[in-house]
Amino acid sequence: MDKPVIDIKNLWFSFDGEQVLQDVNFTLYHKEFLAMIGPNGGGKTTLLKLMLGLFEADRGEIRVFGRPPKQVAHRIGYVPQDIHINKNFPISVLDVVLMGRLRSGISRSHYKKDDRITAQAALGKVEMEQFKNRHIDELSGGQRQRVFIARALVTEPEILILDEPTASVDAKGQAEIYTILKDLNEKVTILVVSHDLLALSSYIKSVACVNRRVHFHGAAEVTEEMLEMAYQCPVELIAHGLPHRVLRAHNGD
Amino acid sequence: MAGLLTSVICGIIGTFVVVNRIAFLAGGIAHAAYGGIGIAFFFGLPYIVGTLGFTLFAALIMAAVTLKARDRADTFIGVLWAGGMALGILLLDLTPGYNVDLMSYLFGSILAVPKSDLWQMLVMCLSVGLIVIFFYNDFLAMSYDEEFAQLRGVPVKGLYFLLIGMIALSIVMIIRVVGLILVIALLTIPPYIAEKYARSLRMMILISTLLCCMFTIVGLWLSYIFNLTSGSTIIMVAVAAFFISFLVQYLQSRCLYSKAIGN
Repeated sequence: MDKPVIDIKNLWFSFDGEQVLQDVNFTLYHKEFLAMIGPNGGGKTTLLKLMLGLFEADRGEIRVFGRPPKQVAHRIGYVPQDIHINKNFPISVLDVVLMGRLRSGISRSHYKKDDRITAQAALGKVEMEQFKNRHIDELSGGQRQRVFIARALVTEPEILILDEPTASVDAKGQAEIYTILKDLNEKVTILVVSHDLLALSSYIKSVACVNRRVHFHGAAEVTEEMLEMAYQCPVELIAHGLPHRVLRAHNGD
Repeated sequence: MAGLLTSVICGIIGTFVVVNRIAFLAGGIAHAAYGGIGIAFFFGLPYIVGTLGFTLFAALIMAAVTLKARDRADTFIGVLWAGGMALGILLLDLTPGYNVDLMSYLFGSILAVPKSDLWQMLVMCLSVGLIVIFFYNDFLAMSYDEEFAQLRGVPVKGLYFLLIGMIALSIVMIIRVVGLILVIALLTIPPYIAEKYARSLRMMILISTLLCCMFTIVGLWLSYIFNLTSGSTIIMVAVAAFFISFLVQYLQSRCLYSKAIGN
């Protein structure tokens, strides 16, 4: 838990004239299991894309494994939200997962034999192996999400970034996904963007609240304030047992 | 023979147009191509050089705009669409002499394709085929999930321009056969039908090509019997097939639905 894997200093980012992220300072350590929460439009997905090198900061610095994000993007496994993907696309589950085996260089566009083996193993890990030849649109949202996780796994990542992985998943599916993530966390640093605080809290180690600025909390705690930020309305706290840890209030928010 | 080559090209390129949802862009390229035709005639250049030069130019501008300013893209495409077409017509007006070929470029004349062009089409067909085979997994990744592809090191920008270039090239070739007005139909209808039945992009390309061949053969046969314009007949066959396949799918889903309720 000592080495920083992602280091962000004084980051500013605007989009279409709007300031999305302001003076972000944030460090993610090796083998961390971080949850990023915050209201919609607060900049969570944007921050992810900056870490992946898909966007470039206006000001400030991001270093992933000590290098600029674009250089090391292939060492990060990315599980995007399900929404922007074309569901009618003619592609099988196995082919989607195989995409994770693409790599830079001349031999990129051709898969080798052990690529298929790795892909099938990853599908096994997310318990989707029997679906490997199915058309992607035959799957439910939760099943598709697991396929995307498998795709990120075959990249053999050192960091796994998931953007709302449980958005279209039922409670049982959510529990299964988080069990898989907890297992992976033995070796891999995990960053999850999520609204599901109650589902997360037993597994995650730390929390970052993102709402144009980022506030980092070093321990997995759920407070009324954080729930309010995620759901944006006063919410009745319903929980098994009582949340008994309290975080410091953010200054100047 | 021209019909066969056209079908193969349409099958391949059309599939990529449809899965990337860039039919409007392809339409823009097609109509802008008319400007290229005009330039070719006015300056007395051979068809390929004149048309292709201008079309590639227009296509690359359109590609650049869709990358940099997505919400302005439709407008730009529309402008190049109309402008290219108008330029072509004006240049043809200004070209001395009587131009029989004008109509054949608008409506196609599959039976009057000169042999030299057939060779060019063959070469083009093979190059497109080879490029697609070589970059298959890259194109697949780019079409399905561009962001992820970019993260894996796929040069998505370069490939996108390559794709647009291939589309421009193919359109210039196909205009000869079915005419400008109907190029888009032949590029999009077979893939739309194929998409529902294909399990992989390869399958979709194959099915599109076969469908395209079928439409061409049936269309030519009908146009021979009834003495109609060949290009338009082919398109009508394609449209009919599209509606039939749509109807079949609709009925299939109704059938499944009522079975589900019945239980």
